[in-house]
Amino acid sequence: MSQVISANRLSDGIVVFRASGGAWVEQLRDAEILPDASAVKAAMGLVEKDVLANHVIEVAAFDVAVKGDHVEPVHLRDKIRAKGPTTHPDHGKQAAL
Amino acid sequence: MYRYDEFDAAFVADRLNQFSDQVQRRLSGELTEEQFRIHRLMNGVYLQLHAYMLRIAIPYGTLSPRQLRKLAHIARRYDKGFGHFTTRQNIQFNWPALKDIPAILGELASVEMHAIQTSGNCIRNVTADHFAGAAADEIEDPRPYAEILRQWSSIHPEFTYLPRKFKLALSGSPHDRAAIQVHDIGYQLVKNDKGDTGFAVFVGGGLGRTPMVGHKIRDFLAPQDLLAYTQAIVRVYNLEGRRDNKYKARIKILVHEKGFEAMREAVEAEFAADKNELLALPQSEIDRISAYFAPPDLEERPAQSQALTARRASDPAFGAFADTNVAKHRQPGYGLLTISLKPIGGIPGDATAEQMELVAELAETFGHDEIRVSHEQNLVLPHVALDDLPAIYDALAAQGLATANAGLISDIISCPGMDYCSLATARSIPVAQRISERFADGPRAKEIGAMKIKISGCINACGHHHVGHIGILGLERKGVETYQLTLGGSADEGCKLGDITGPGFSYEDVVDAIETVVDTYVGLRTSADEDFLRAYRRVGMAPFKKALYERDSGSDI
Amino acid sequence: MTLYKNGSFVHDSWITIHEGEEISPAGHVIAPLSWWQAERQAFAESHVPIGIRVEPGATIDDFIADLPRFALIALVIPKFQDGRAYSTARLLRERHGFKGELRAIGEVLIDQIQPMLRCGFDAFEISDPVTQAALEAGRIPGVTHFYQPGVNEAPQAGARPWLRQV
Repeated sequence: MSQVISANRLSDGIVVFRASGGAWVEQLRDAEILPDASAVKAAMGLVEKDVLANHVIEVAAFDVAVKGDHVEPVHLRDKIRAKGPTTHPDHGKQAAL
Repeated sequence: MYRYDEFDAAFVADRLNQFSDQVQRRLSGELTEEQFRIHRLMNGVYLQLHAYMLRIAIPYGTLSPRQLRKLAHIARRYDKGFGHFTTRQNIQFNWPALKDIPAILGELASVEMHAIQTSGNCIRNVTADHFAGAAADEIEDPRPYAEILRQWSSIHPEFTYLPRKFKLALSGSPHDRAAIQVHDIGYQLVKNDKGDTGFAVFVGGGLGRTPMVGHKIRDFLAPQDLLAYTQAIVRVYNLEGRRDNKYKARIKILVHEKGFEAMREAVEAEFAADKNELLALPQSEIDRISAYFAPPDLEERPAQSQALTARRASDPAFGAFADTNVAKHRQPGYGLLTISLKPIGGIPGDATAEQMELVAELAETFGHDEIRVSHEQNLVLPHVALDDLPAIYDALAAQGLATANAGLISDIISCPGMDYCSLATARSIPVAQRISERFADGPRAKEIGAMKIKISGCINACGHHHVGHIGILGLERKGVETYQLTLGGSADEGCKLGDITGPGFSYEDVVDAIETVVDTYVGLRTSADEDFLRAYRRVGMAPFKKALYERDSGSDI
Repeated sequence: MTLYKNGSFVHDSWITIHEGEEISPAGHVIAPLSWWQAERQAFAESHVPIGIRVEPGATIDDFIADLPRFALIALVIPKFQDGRAYSTARLLRERHGFKGELRAIGEVLIDQIQPMLRCGFDAFEISDPVTQAALEAGRIPGVTHFYQPGVNEAPQAGARPWLRQV
């Protein structure tokens, strides 16, 4: 199962995703898709420094389904994190989509 | 209401400086997240699904217009223009940045508010009956005692690192509107045979994954012993409560495992052994604090309001509002007005900055400067002249705040659920919205009558589902939301946990299931006077179970 | 590991004895409570200073009868979130009048120093570098206004008006 690494930014708590190259981005579509467990493990090793440098907290990988160039989290919780509250379509990342 | 003196103000300023320093040390990396977490929690800062969440205490649910306006300002400036009132008389903001939180706390301090101990394993915001000081059935206003407990428990050096959180609630009336029996300690003001006022004390109540109704540990506690007795309970808990498993760490588990009688003996022994006279509450101090809560000077008015009667005759919508949302005040000609934060299809407990400002203004114009926040996630104007109701109603209606559903089926308690909460296993708010839309606030809701639906999006039970007349618990089964129903729960003086109906229902089906329960009740009640809870207690689970699970096999319900 | 006591870092004249180790007849050892319970008869007539180390699961009743015999009690803080020792410390000081050294050992961090002092601790074994640095700099974060009387604290003016009576 493909995965994406996400975290929360320390300064404002906003959900961020890890892009290839190591930047933290706010939209899932800009995130790096990690195709397998070994890619996830390698990337997790690289984010350690961002945690130690206190840029991000709560780092975790989550499952995504990739269809063409569309990426969709598999679990509802991750869908809500990637978009925003289902009850407030104008709040969260979905507002910018 | 209580006003800070110089000491209180200095205390909050002090704490603000301390926490600002901790935030700075965290942002600079001097504190690790693990070390910082406990401090941020003790100051009400959580990390939720989308961002940080700040939980602000509204002690015993009492607010001034000035404070509510400040909350509106914070909503606008630091959040997205709204706030969420919770089941523990707190307000939560869902989008503040960590770096802004010291500034927000500074703004709060300027109106005598704070977020101290709204989370963490310490004594939390002290809650009380939202009708305190105005209800017709009240023995005595519990808020002076709540304020005394609030002060005593603030940054208590011995009780800052308890096994788990610790919640106190007080009621001044025989009818419990504060759910005291599902708190770690519940205090009920009572009169003894001599006519003295004191407390019946309940210990070991709580919801969560192991729900328990509190045990009455004292029939009568003299008010001067309030702090010493509370200290004895919390001390026994601090020393003996489990710390090996956070799910078994609440005092309810200690009471259960130790045995209630052994717990009672340990508390009484500790209470008897404590010779710290400084904790004895002098009457002069009770009187001093009580003076802050002196009832407003309400001018005499006729018990029947002509203005209300006239408007009722011409406007059925107003009549419905007056029937459902106005409770009996102890002074004739006045009422306790519930401002429902449950618009049909809306988010339970949410209020926009504009709505908060309107309520503040109404409290100033018509409500003797007092606002209450109820654990049922509504606002209350506790001293309203019935003559003023038409004007208040019109103003509320203009801001979408005149929903006539207090105590009815759409007056739903709901936790934030998976839309915000990192602990949630399912969504709660959208379920509440759909139920609310299904039944609305019209004749059907009135026909159903008194009904408390309570929804939690996980086993931690912030939405009090165990004590809902109908409780809904959202869980995750194999990656899919599923909703378990409980029936017959109650959080009042007849406190009881609901019974699980059976297998859960899908997100799609849960509203139909609720409707089945409701229709079954309406079909079997003896009359419209037999509310759901009484009917359930008379007939039990069987007819509901049959209706819910045997529909496909030919049941005609 | 350093020892912070009464506002400064001091030389630790006590030796910690672990389970099964020999104890010096000269005393000045901090031994496990279990050792004391096994050996108390042998030391009944001796006047060497004895310290005991108390794990958080123990209750005061396990050793209170021998309290006058101890010059030092070390309360173990296994995790900084574990608050049992705060109650034990207050009970030892306030109810049982213990006057010897009350030492916090284990995970002792800077933000817990103030509440520990207020509960009657007077000595702290420090191994956390951030805590060490803050204490060296004389910086103990905390508040200066309290709603409750602490151990050996004079009531503060304004704290709770009736506490002004002394």
